[in-house]
Amino acid sequence: MIEFRNVVKNFGKLEVLKNISTRMEAGQSIALIGPNGCGKTTLIKSILGMVKPHSGQILVNENDIEQSIDYRRQIGYMPQIGRYPQNMTIAQVIDMLKSLRQDQSTLDHELVESFKLADIADKKLGTLSGGTTQKVSAVIAFLFNPSILILDEPTAGLDPLSSEILRDKILREKAGNKLILITSHLLNELDELVSHIMYMQDGRISFFDTLENVARKTEQAKISKAISVILKRGSYE
Amino acid sequence: MNRIARFVFVDILKNSFVIIYAVILFLLSSSVLALEDNSSKGVLSMLNIILLIVPLVSIIFSTIYIYNSAEFVELLLSQPVKRTVIWRSLFYGLSLALSLAFVLGAGVSLILFVGDLLGLFLFFIGILLTLIFTSFALLCAVWAKDKAKGIGLSILVWLFFSLFYDGLLVFGMFQFSEYPLEKLMMVFTLLNPIDLSRILILLQLDVSALLGYTSAVFKEFLGSQLGIIISFVALVLWFVIPYFYSLYKFNRKDL
Repeated sequence: MIEFRNVVKNFGKLEVLKNISTRMEAGQSIALIGPNGCGKTTLIKSILGMVKPHSGQILVNENDIEQSIDYRRQIGYMPQIGRYPQNMTIAQVIDMLKSLRQDQSTLDHELVESFKLADIADKKLGTLSGGTTQKVSAVIAFLFNPSILILDEPTAGLDPLSSEILRDKILREKAGNKLILITSHLLNELDELVSHIMYMQDGRISFFDTLENVARKTEQAKISKAISVILKRGSYE
Repeated sequence: MNRIARFVFVDILKNSFVIIYAVILFLLSSSVLALEDNSSKGVLSMLNIILLIVPLVSIIFSTIYIYNSAEFVELLLSQPVKRTVIWRSLFYGLSLALSLAFVLGAGVSLILFVGDLLGLFLFFIGILLTLIFTSFALLCAVWAKDKAKGIGLSILVWLFFSLFYDGLLVFGMFQFSEYPLEKLMMVFTLLNPIDLSRILILLQLDVSALLGYTSAVFKEFLGSQLGIIISFVALVLWFVIPYFYSLYKFNRKDL
């Protein structure tokens, strides 16, 4: 579904993505993990076309993302820190996005209801707390029922109850043959959510494997334990 | 106009600054034009007001507005919207709102009190200067990632075209006063939209007789129909080229 072909990206002298080549398929739920500054967010932003690679190709459904922007109809993106126009209300932002993607017939209003956003729909986005802004980001990501979900630190800043609502939602989407890409530093909460692990370090993908394989190779059932075993060992194989 | 441009346009009109800009233009233009009994004098004062205020407000307001819409742009980028459409919408929205403020503020009194071809010239020059300095703002904003730097750059651009450029030109003229520079001065004038606008209007007035031999050369060129057309084409190029260059930069920018 998403394919990287020799993608290289530099910020000045700093090489952030070093020749990334990989393939992610529908039905996979991938945990993208790695230390700070390893290139996770750059990888995600390059799928969305916000960051332009210096060389290499990114394909979504076999189409080069540079050729057409239509692929973004299939993507729901939840940024790490959602930044929205300060003096627009929640309802205005959602209405504007709906009118931009007017072809979408099946809207998913589930999160709007479970987060009770209707009660605060007339509040301006500049006045919202960090957690409420995260809820808005989540609602926008799931609203258009996309086949690819990209969630950058989805539960950071959410209260435990909302965090649980979002986790349940991700679990339900996981069952629906979608591609889900999640980055998180809270490895403990990833265990049930993902089927694959992609580990990045210094702009390279150190390994990308199924959860079962990772558990077998490290003899650890929990992701957090498995990762620490791999880090101690120095290599995945 | 597309949905996003309309959104930007309405958002700017809600901003009280644009309304204040229109009101100030209206107060200045109606007082200047109504009080002077000699319409030529009124036009001259009007010209100075337009050449000073319109570029300054257009470039500073637009630069700040673009930096403040960073979040809005970011939100749209994750949606199926082309970068070209986002940038074009910002330009349309800004230039339309600022032009509207100019038309309501100064344009109406220009048509009412001056009325003739001269008034029409000033009217179009005001709109063209709005477009030119809005596209300069786009260029400044796409160049500098930092907001303070971008605004500083836009102030510098305004200072350069309204003050420094003339200073350098006068300095050059004195240094090379031995040589026949009239034709060269013509070219240098085309290279500054504010100077070009000023001379275009001055040549329609009698005061141009005071400008001496250089003015005769200008008059021969800019006074003719062809010269006027070329000047207006030059003014159009002054917003088209910076705009498309900023679009080119924006399409390749990491956000």
